[in-house]
Amino acid sequence: MSASRLPRVAGLLALVLIACALPFVMSNFRLFQFSQVYIYAIAILGLNMLTGYNGQFSLGHGAFYAIGAYASAIMMDRWNIGYGWTIPVAGALCLIVGFLFGLPALRLEGLYLALATFSLALAVPQILKYFEHWTGGSQGIVLNKPNAPFGLPLNPDQWLYFLTLGILILLFWLGANLLKGRIGRAIVAIRDNHIAAEAMGINTALYKSLVFGVSAAYTGVAGALSASVIAYVAPDSFNVFLSVTLLIGSVIGGLASISGAIFGALFIQFVPNWAQDISKAAPWAIFGVFLIGFMYLMPFGIAGGIRLLWIRATRSRVPQEGRSAVPTQAHTTT
Amino acid sequence: MRRTRQLLAIVLALGMAALATVPAGAQTVVGVTATEIKIGNTNPYSGPASAYGTIGKVIGAYFKKVNDEGGVNGRKINYISYDDSYSPPKTVEMVRKLVEQDQVAALFQTLGTPPNSAIHKYVNQQKVPHLFVATGATKWNDPQNFPWTMGYQPNYQTEGRVYAAHVLKNHPNAKIGILYQNDDYGKDYLKGFEDGLGDANKKMIVMRQSYEVTDPTIDSQIVNLKNSGANVFFNITIPKFAVQAIKKAHDIGWKPTHYLNNVSSSLATVLKPAGLEASKDLITALYMKEVTDPQWRNDKGYTDWVAFMKKYYPEGALDDQSNAFGYNVAILMTQVLKQCGNDLSRENIMKQAANLKNFELPLLLPGIKVNTSPTDHAPIEQEQLARFNGEKWDLFGDLFEAVRKH
Repeated sequence: MSASRLPRVAGLLALVLIACALPFVMSNFRLFQFSQVYIYAIAILGLNMLTGYNGQFSLGHGAFYAIGAYASAIMMDRWNIGYGWTIPVAGALCLIVGFLFGLPALRLEGLYLALATFSLALAVPQILKYFEHWTGGSQGIVLNKPNAPFGLPLNPDQWLYFLTLGILILLFWLGANLLKGRIGRAIVAIRDNHIAAEAMGINTALYKSLVFGVSAAYTGVAGALSASVIAYVAPDSFNVFLSVTLLIGSVIGGLASISGAIFGALFIQFVPNWAQDISKAAPWAIFGVFLIGFMYLMPFGIAGGIRLLWIRATRSRVPQEGRSAVPTQAHTTT
Repeated sequence: MRRTRQLLAIVLALGMAALATVPAGAQTVVGVTATEIKIGNTNPYSGPASAYGTIGKVIGAYFKKVNDEGGVNGRKINYISYDDSYSPPKTVEMVRKLVEQDQVAALFQTLGTPPNSAIHKYVNQQKVPHLFVATGATKWNDPQNFPWTMGYQPNYQTEGRVYAAHVLKNHPNAKIGILYQNDDYGKDYLKGFEDGLGDANKKMIVMRQSYEVTDPTIDSQIVNLKNSGANVFFNITIPKFAVQAIKKAHDIGWKPTHYLNNVSSSLATVLKPAGLEASKDLITALYMKEVTDPQWRNDKGYTDWVAFMKKYYPEGALDDQSNAFGYNVAILMTQVLKQCGNDLSRENIMKQAANLKNFELPLLLPGIKVNTSPTDHAPIEQEQLARFNGEKWDLFGDLFEAVRKH
């Protein structure tokens, strides 16, 4: 066990080291983009837990992202609470909201749940305008970009990069532990056959609501981070398209895959920009082509596609492993 | 073994990504060479506000005309415009790209109140000229706190005060009914109007009705306003609801003195669909020549604009006021660059933008002039009232100069 984990841990460490080195070789603008990638990755991992691992569809995660962002922004703006404290509070708030929304959502399956969550995505930006005293209405709330603490010699972009990276690593580590253990198997069992799961003694109602809560909490933390990185929140930042974008990232990256969340985040951050560089006239048509292309070439997402390629490349040497991995590769984790 | 290779590949990919992004070196004067000057812009070419995207396009078309005619002081304008979908986080990203990567000399006409709010602090910290922003909010004219930002059009509150002054003068005993859109746009107008009425507003305004932009109709609000006994009606609605309001009031035989906000003053999109007979005697405040109004058919400003549109932006609609708006403001930007001469430093661009004296734009109403100073970052502050005679807007009275509040 420990022998097989060694190269994996070493590889992950190397990745983290590279990620930590980026602030010293990249421009602040690129760092800002990568901070956004990490934020999206956290949100997508949250959505992945719900949709990929637990089989509950959500077209409304933009709403939790917005609630997290506004919770953080209002705490900073109204009560002068440090941004660092607002992030866990925003996550906890979204955990509760998500759990409560998950309870009635138990009665809804598949497309019906997708529609119910979609209504959240539609409603939240308007509700935000209604509580103008707190939210600043459609003008939003302008925030200050946080400086590095403890006199660290970092500019705000570098500091925010490290902050988002640190939270990303923490949440991915927690998520991986959650999903790979007993709880994770229960979550996947519910997705694969909830009657069988129930027969095995899994409290499906509780698990489904909890997954909804944790998923919302991840997305809420991402939203809270985005409030600090963008230094501004407004209802227009969290329109329906955000929810769809997160779902795109989740599917393109690879459902039920932890690393897929990062690939998905890279996709939704950079591909729309490339599409705009290719054609100013019809960037979304180009984006659509990319989307179809990816889905056609990598039907199990980028994470699944990469995995499949490696299995093919190494099949001659380890045929048994290759064969056994192919049929289930969409559901396994990398 | 397989995993090691897997990770190695990722490591290599990330390493290459890092190498590909070497920061660009600083120039002495940012965004300017001997042959070009870079101007950055964001516009909603997609998303909910994409109808405004034509402004970004018509500006590009006008700069192409300037370049075809030799540019400004021998330099071509390199106009870089990105889509932000009216989403503030995207605006932040695109504006940072313009400032940090493309290294533009100035930002110009970034569109929308929320998108501009998101970059307001950033551009002022970076000391990048943030000129003639395309929004009607009041906060852009704040040179003390935001010396690098400058507005453009008269703001909604100013216009609200124009109507209030007219009501006080001509209908001192009026009973006023108001219909407004329940958001910042509607409330800005309402605030300007109430401020303009001053203490009298409490007894004069007999009813306020609001609607949501998502409502299907406003018929019941109009009936309520009629039943309130109001004889003056201030109509703060976007075109779709303005048409309904004018029609409904006409149909139920309510004939108040009807003030219609400038937002819905278009003949093509509001007055004609509502019915020219029903629209008769409407009063609005204008600062631009309404391109669908027949009285400007032979006006030189209008005919020049039509010729320009046909040559440089043939796909743009000639009955869309946004195309006139973008044309005007692009001319203003070109004037600022001309005034800069050979010193195109950001400081001088800002200095010249704040040094516009009685400059006239071809599609502003006759007599309206652009004036700015280091303490006045609101270029257009004049409007004129007009009454619809069933065929065209008849301008009347003097130009109304906004009360400047600093």
